[in-house]
Order: sequence, then C-alpha cells, then structure tokens
Amino acid sequence: MSEIRFTIDGKACTARPGQTIVEAAGANGVYIPVLCHYEGLKPAGSCRICTVRVAGRTMAACTQPVTEGMAVENTAPDLEDMRKSLVEMLFVEGNHFCPSCEKSGNCELQALGYRYQMLAPRFPYLWPGREIDAAAPLLMLERNRCVQCLRCVRGIKAKDGRKIFAAVRRGPRVTIEVDRKLAAKLSDGEALKAMEICPVGAILKKKTGFAVPIGRRKFDKAPIGSDIEKGTGR
Amino acid sequence: MPEKDIVLKHPKDPSALLDVIRDVQARSGRVSDEAVGRIAAHLKLSEAEVRGAVTFYHFFSLEPRGAATVYLNDSITSRMKGRTAVARAFEEEAGCRFGEVSADGKVGLFPTSCIGMNDQEPSAIVDGVVFTALTPDRARTIVRGLRAGTPARDMVGPRGDGANQSELVRSMVVNNIRQRGPVLFGAHERGAAVRKAVSMAPEKVIDEIKRASLLGRGGAGFPTGLKWEFCRREKAGRHFVVCNADEGEPGTFKDRVILTELPHLVFEGMTVAGYAVGATLGVLYLRSEYAYLRDHLEAVLAGLREDGLLGRAVAGTKDFEFDIVIKSGAGAYVCGEESALLESAEGKRGEPRDRPPFPVSSGYLNLPTTVNNVETLATAARILVEGAAWFKAMGTAQSAGTKLLSVSGDCARPGVYEVAYGLTVTELLDLAGGAGAKAVQVGGPSGTCVAPAGFGRKICFSDLATGGSVIVFGPDRDIFEVVENFMDFFVEESCGWCVPCRAGNVLLKKKFEKVARGLGTGSDLRDLEAWGKLVKATSRCGLGQTSPNPILTTLKNFPELYAAKVREGEAFVPEFDLAAAIQDGCTAANRQPECKESLHE
Repeated sequence: MSEIRFTIDGKACTARPGQTIVEAAGANGVYIPVLCHYEGLKPAGSCRICTVRVAGRTMAACTQPVTEGMAVENTAPDLEDMRKSLVEMLFVEGNHFCPSCEKSGNCELQALGYRYQMLAPRFPYLWPGREIDAAAPLLMLERNRCVQCLRCVRGIKAKDGRKIFAAVRRGPRVTIEVDRKLAAKLSDGEALKAMEICPVGAILKKKTGFAVPIGRRKFDKAPIGSDIEKGTGR
Repeated sequence: MPEKDIVLKHPKDPSALLDVIRDVQARSGRVSDEAVGRIAAHLKLSEAEVRGAVTFYHFFSLEPRGAATVYLNDSITSRMKGRTAVARAFEEEAGCRFGEVSADGKVGLFPTSCIGMNDQEPSAIVDGVVFTALTPDRARTIVRGLRAGTPARDMVGPRGDGANQSELVRSMVVNNIRQRGPVLFGAHERGAAVRKAVSMAPEKVIDEIKRASLLGRGGAGFPTGLKWEFCRREKAGRHFVVCNADEGEPGTFKDRVILTELPHLVFEGMTVAGYAVGATLGVLYLRSEYAYLRDHLEAVLAGLREDGLLGRAVAGTKDFEFDIVIKSGAGAYVCGEESALLESAEGKRGEPRDRPPFPVSSGYLNLPTTVNNVETLATAARILVEGAAWFKAMGTAQSAGTKLLSVSGDCARPGVYEVAYGLTVTELLDLAGGAGAKAVQVGGPSGTCVAPAGFGRKICFSDLATGGSVIVFGPDRDIFEVVENFMDFFVEESCGWCVPCRAGNVLLKKKFEKVARGLGTGSDLRDLEAWGKLVKATSRCGLGQTSPNPILTTLKNFPELYAAKVREGEAFVPEFDLAAAIQDGCTAANRQPECKESLHE
C-alpha cells in the first residue's frame, strides 16, 4: 500500500494507511505525549493528553488515523497548556504521594508532571476517599493512584477472554474493580504484566518491592519521550 | 419465577446482559452478589464486568432499592414547580431520605435526571409507572398505597389525553400538543411513505431526502440523506437502522409525544431508511423512562406486520424484508450519544466509542448502521410522501422544514409546538405565554441560556440550534440555581471515561459554587471561562464538549449577575467558608456562628 504524506508542525512525515497520528508521529521521530496509550492495545482515548489540532479541530492523536495531507499541530503553546492542565487534573483528581510510591521513577504520570514542569496545580485538590483492594493473592489495587486509563481493562484478560479488570459505576465515581475469582488464578508472570501495564502505582505485585532502587529507574535515567525525541534537537 | 430461572431463560449471549439485569432488578429490587455470579456464569462474563454494567445505569443497583421504588425527577423545572415540598412529603411518609430505602424495606426513594415530563412537573416514576403533576398529598397517598401492597399502576389516574387513555398505555401523562404543523401533524395515509419508497430505487429515496436538506433533529444537525448514503455505500453482509428514542436532554419531551401519537410514522421512517440503506432490521432504542409506552409500540408494530408494512415482503415487494425490534435503556443520558447508544444496545456499559470509525461504517454489532432521531425518521417519512420541494418551502434557507419544540417552565401554555425554523425566541414566548421571561434556555443544559437582549435570535441550525428543549425562566428565578442544577446533571451523567469530562466538570462545578456563594473574585470568573473551554476542547464526546455551556453561556449573556457576585479587586477571598463549615454544629448547640462577619462581610 502507498505511503500517506502529512505534516506535524510543518515537518514532512509519512505514515502507513491505518496508522494513528501517535503511531505515525513516533515513527517519524516526533513525540506526542500519551498516558492511556499502550503499544499493542486498542486505543481508548481516555486521558486526552495526546490532544492535537487538525484544521482548527482538537482531537486525540491516539485514536485518529492519519489521512493524506493532514496538517497536525502538536506543540502550539495553547495545546501544551491543555496537556499540562490535564496532567494537573489527574493529580488533583486522585491522591498521588510520589515519595512513598513504589512506582516513583517508573511512573508515567510523574514523568509527564516533570515534562510539563508542573509545580502547584491550578485546580484545587479533590482529596477523594478511595478504597484499597488487597483481596487478590498476588495483586494489590491502590485506587488512590489510579488514573482510569483502562490499560488493565484492555490488556489483562483471562484465557477465555473474560475481563479481569473492569470499570464500575460512572462519572466521577468510576473506579476499577478486579474480579476476585479470576484474579485468584493469575500466575506470577501475569501479575507482573498487570503491574507493568499500569502507568502509575495503582496495580502492585505483592511481596516484591523496590527491586530497582529509586534513582536508577526508567525516568530517572531519561525523561519521558526522550527515546523518540533523541536526535531531533528538542 | 425464581431468580435462577429468570437468568437461565435468556440466551447464553453477552449481548443479553442488560436484559437479564433488567429482569433480575425488576423481580428482586436489586442485583445481589449471588445474582451477579449467576449472570456472569450464564453469559460467560467476569463478575467484575457484570458489576460494571449494573453500576453504570441509574435504574440498576447492587444494593436493595425497596420492594417499590420511587424515582422523583430532579430537573430544574421540577424544582420550579414544587419538587421540594413533594420530596419532603415522600420522605415523611416513607420515613427515609432520598437515596435510601424505608426501614421496612417496602419503599425506596431516589432522585433521577429529567424523565421527559417537564410540562407536567413534579413527576416521578414508580415501578415503571409515571405519575405527573404531583402534590404533597398525592405523594403521601402513593407511599401509603405502596406500603399496603397496591401496585403502582392501580394508583394511576385520571388518565391523560390521546393514546395515553388506551388500555395499553394506561397513563396519566398528557400530550399538551399546542400547535400542530404540516409536517409531523399533517394528514398522513398509513403506509403511504413505505409504498412510495419501494416504488423508487433506494438511491432515489436518498436523493429525495438530500434534496429536502433534512438535518438531524436530535440536535447535532447532520444531513440525514448523506448519512444514509454513507451507510448504503458500505459493503457488508448486513446493515442496520437504529432509531434513537433516548431523548434525555432535560426539558425535551417531544419524542415522547411523537411515540405516543405518531408511532406508525416513526416506524414508517425506519422502514424507509431500511430500504434506502439496504437494512433488514431496525432497532428502536427506547429510554427506560418511556418503558410505559412499550406495549403500545409493540402493538403498533404487530399491526404493521399484519398489514404487510413490515416483515418478509414489505408492501408487496418481492425482495424487501424489514422488521423492527425494541431495545430498552436503563437510565443514562450519555446513551443519547449515538455510539454510546450502540454499546448499550449491544448489552454493555453505555460508554461512547472513538470515532472514526463512525456508525455508518461500524455501528450496531460493528456493522454499517444509520442512527437517526425519532423526529428525523418521522419527518423523512413525510418528506417522501409530500416531496422535497414542499418541505424546503418551509423554514429558512439553511434550516428547512419544521421543528417540534418542547416548551416548559414559567409559561402559561407548556407543551409541544411544531414551528417552522426561523421563529424568534420572542415569537415562541408569545405562543407559549411566557411574557416577562428573564431567560430562555434553548437546547437544554447543553444549549444556550439566552438573555432578553437575545430574544430576537432565531431558532434554527445557524443561530440557536436545539434538539427541542426550551425552558422559560420568569423574572424571579435565580439563574445561579439553574446553572447549579445543570452542572449537577452533567456531573451525574458523565460516563467517566475521559479525564476532562470526569474531573473537569467536578472542578467547574466547585468553582462555580464558590462564585455563587459570593466567595469568588474576578480571577475565579477567568478560571471558569478557561476551564470551560478546556473541557469543551478536550472531551471525547458531545457530553463533555457541551457540559460547560451552562456556565459559559450565562457568563457571556448575564455578565452583570456574575459581576454582582464577585469581589473584583480583592486580592484574596478564602474558599473555605468557616461559618458554613460549623453551621451544623452550631445548629445542634442552638447558637449562631460568630465568625461570619469577621471573615466574609
């Protein structure tokens, strides 16, 4: 199939048919920040941090396929401020205490906070009361840190396809629930995968912690997005 | 029937999930842990998924809702028409608060979003039966009746007008048809639209609708003919027509009147659409609040099948097969969004999908689907009979034809009005008897709050667009109370999928309440505007893309009200209101908070 030509902030790029803006941007060395996106999973468009603008319309770059001649705005100051606002919104919506979190340094929300140089969020903290669920033998669900990206819902399933994680309730009361019966059957490897698929410290594998010391973790070594931006001069 | 058998009588198919839950809820007043386990095992779903579906919909519950359940409408119009006193009467008689079940387990009281009865408030749904124009006395009688074991339907009366009187509807709802127009209420020979359609090539049917410039009547205004054309062009084994009968915008009730009085026209429209796009099945997605119309609608469908207007060989054709089934909602405003509606019709949580792909290419069961509003389909049927030129001669250049409006609030003649597009707000107020209005909400909470200076504006797609909701606010109404009610509605009805809608609306509401309490500064108004724009620009579906409108449109059209509330120029106003925080304690101790003046006066 033929290549699609498009631009991101004026830079000429190419895409394969069916590629989303986020995927194609990455292949062209352009980083569009994402949080709910996870390679190999169907996009959810839930965090909206990848918001870009095409022909005056804002849209989520993780769900929008590239079309021929598309001119994508990615780093306009107002777009970057929207993304920063959304990161701040996630910080005030949950209860995030980075210094005591097992995921610190591996946490994508924390890394985005650093990327956007977030200091005090512009929104008031909501301090929600959220319950921790430690009933599953190998997993702990620390809902205070959950950003409801639905990566676990989409990515962790039983062998027969049933969902082990599911969203319950709606609106601001939405939480993620783990199916007790199915979670009881998870193997060590599957539990570890669930922890890894979670961008924050909401899904934790029991009995191991801080295997890699803080200071030597993923985003301690290189800021988020730097793998894609390497060599692009940003 | 035992709960176990209720579950087992449904097919072992995950798409039956909502139907199973509905039956269990109706029998047991809740979906217990045991029932969740049974349903999950029967449909091969995880228990977490079943809980996810139960907790998404307002009329389903994991906790007991009482042997009989009262859902009292919480729309602003209900409040304007005396809801507070009615609610208090319900609570006193039941002996519990709203959100609770009485100690004897016999009566549960719950608030609910607009149930489509805004012209006859306060209204409530009791065990699926609608009670309108409630008074405190009536509320007490209902609770006493329920306690004594009287079924809700036996307490109905007097019955309303038109088909509401029929044995199949048996409802006290009134239609309040105030103005009949030529399109929806014009003389129509039953079956004429279907017979006309099948005498033409499907492409010609689409051409006729395109020539009429029919735009979607649900609010979004997408060209109907184009939608049908896109759907027809998709190559697939099956195509579907879905009728969106989930009007949930507070203040809208015109589809309820159409479904009560003109259901055959809606079904004809669906059949015409089916012929045009190449579908064999139509699905009417009926909001749960209108479940009382279901038997009536099924009877109309049966009549159409009997007369050969639905079924194997529609209207004497050789090869056009089309039938219609009804699917029920379960209490979720967001399901009026077409892709959320499709998810719900497939038995899942009503969460909108990402688009593209659009429903015309991947809709119901991921097959090409045209989703059209009730009024759009009825109008399409009439266009086919009378012709595009006839239709285009009405309305304005960009907004052809007529529109059915639902008018409620502070006016002498609430009800439905079929008007030509281009009518001004003033003209509508004259018709409805709303002289002296302080504000008119056009398009419901997601629309625009118009001030008297804007009453010369026209109701049409290029100026004041509306799916049909018009709420009139008289001179003594508090606009801040209106906005607060609308923001509560959006927070309650957000599906919670995307961040800006889930968290942003809560933050907007809190900031607005700060201003409304007189604790705001000029910077708070600037925040409201900036945050409102953010939520609109980044939200995933139409709900979040319009939910800041109550704040944004009143900021724009009633700046003087906000200016009077805020303390412009003051460097710091504490958000924390100490006096309010200790009010409960002070009341209990029978004294006044003493800190009030030092902090806020």
